[in-house]
Amino acid sequence: MTDPDDRVRAAVDAAYRDEWGQIVATMIGLTGDWDLAEDAAQDAFASALATWPRDGIPNQPGAWLTTTARNRATDKLRRDAVGAAKLRQLAVLARDPDESPMEEIPDERLRLIFTCCHPALPFPARVALTLRTLAGLTTAEIARAFLTAEPTMAQRLVRAKRKIQEAGIPYRVPPAELLPRRLAAVLAVLYLIFNEGYDEDEVRRALTAEAIRLTRVLIRLMPAEPEPPGLLALMLLHEARRATRTDDGVLVTLEDQDRSGWDQALILEGVEALDAALAMRRTGPYQLQAAIAACHATAPDAASTDWSQIANLYADLAELAPSPVVDLNRAVAVAMADGIPVGLTLVDELAASGKLEGYYLLPATRADLLRRAGRAAEARAAYEEALELAPTEAERRYLSGRLSEL
Amino acid sequence: MRYVLLICDDEKVSPSNEQLDADPVHQAWRADLERRGGIEVGARLRPVVDATSVRVRDGETLVSDGPYAETKDFVGGFVIVECDDLDEAIAIAAGHPYARWGGVEIRPVWE
Repeated sequence: MTDPDDRVRAAVDAAYRDEWGQIVATMIGLTGDWDLAEDAAQDAFASALATWPRDGIPNQPGAWLTTTARNRATDKLRRDAVGAAKLRQLAVLARDPDESPMEEIPDERLRLIFTCCHPALPFPARVALTLRTLAGLTTAEIARAFLTAEPTMAQRLVRAKRKIQEAGIPYRVPPAELLPRRLAAVLAVLYLIFNEGYDEDEVRRALTAEAIRLTRVLIRLMPAEPEPPGLLALMLLHEARRATRTDDGVLVTLEDQDRSGWDQALILEGVEALDAALAMRRTGPYQLQAAIAACHATAPDAASTDWSQIANLYADLAELAPSPVVDLNRAVAVAMADGIPVGLTLVDELAASGKLEGYYLLPATRADLLRRAGRAAEARAAYEEALELAPTEAERRYLSGRLSEL
Repeated sequence: MRYVLLICDDEKVSPSNEQLDADPVHQAWRADLERRGGIEVGARLRPVVDATSVRVRDGETLVSDGPYAETKDFVGGFVIVECDDLDEAIAIAAGHPYARWGGVEIRPVWE
């Protein structure tokens, strides 16, 4: 027999993970007050910890928690009911006193995520707000994950919530004509959260799990959109390779990664998500990136990688979302598919354009291609240049290793 | 909500009032504003060469030529509009011809 207190603790933890965002979203929808919504949700979970051991775990923890949060918000508004705005909020909350707590609660999280990711908010604030209100991370956890002091992060959240209120950022899912761009903004926030967590550090690692979880929620809420499953596929296919990306603190390139260490279940799920996205026949940058990741993840060994397919996908991506980094990746794929000299020409053109000035992967890529072409002296110079620019220790160790092998 | 839309540019392109009135983009913008019924007041401003700045320091009134801040873009006009929310203000701002070469700053009215 497990300890009943442990069972309650586990049930509250599970409810927190599954219901927090929805409760906060519902409370913002009802009151329009972000702080009140968070406080009421917090109170509801504290109340669950206090009463569930005595009264038992409710059949529908989410409905119980939402009703409790609603009651707490009503109490709080009554206590300091001054001014017309508060009275209006109270009227909304107090409506339908006999309403069954078990009624179907509409999922408001979509409104919440679009508001958190509104382009009028600074990008770091969008990220922090999404993690706080939707994922339920504490301010301290978010600050730790982004290597920021807690008061700075708290200030960022306060300012963002204030701007939503004072600048009149609407709490809604944008209408059709705004949707494509706004959805792209939401996906950019989720992908950044994922990438921040794609790290060796344990605390930051939790972010990848949150990003994947939030993306799954988004897919459930917008089942007709192909880019969210495209993004999920991209995340899962990266996540599948995480364990093999470094070895004793040294970066391991895709080519040299131990493929038996890749998580086949995640690859399978990623490929399924990608297939579901592609079946909607509206391509997008995340689907293309996921398709590239899938080419790598499903190749039995590095030598059988379908580089010409990858080169084509990068060309499509460059058209849809032009970026010199995409051009650089395409150059590598072209080099592998059509011969090193063809790829090197593309890399040299990019270098001449100056668009990637200071970006360490430019000399690192040149060095790698020169090494493959047997041009050791030029490769050495390029590796040295890359070493100067490489941002992390793992990357510097890898480049030093290559340099010493020449 | 009320917003002030500050319509800014670097004054390199400076159409006359008549040219602006004849600009189909400007006409469409005005028609959009009228359709929304949200405009309270608005004005086009003369270029910054005609601006005068006033400061009072230690009780002394200092008058100088030109705009208050030396920036790349200057306020060339403004409208005060009543909107449902920021997205509506953004839609109005995006329709202004100056948004294509200058920019529009949206400021909620402090009420």
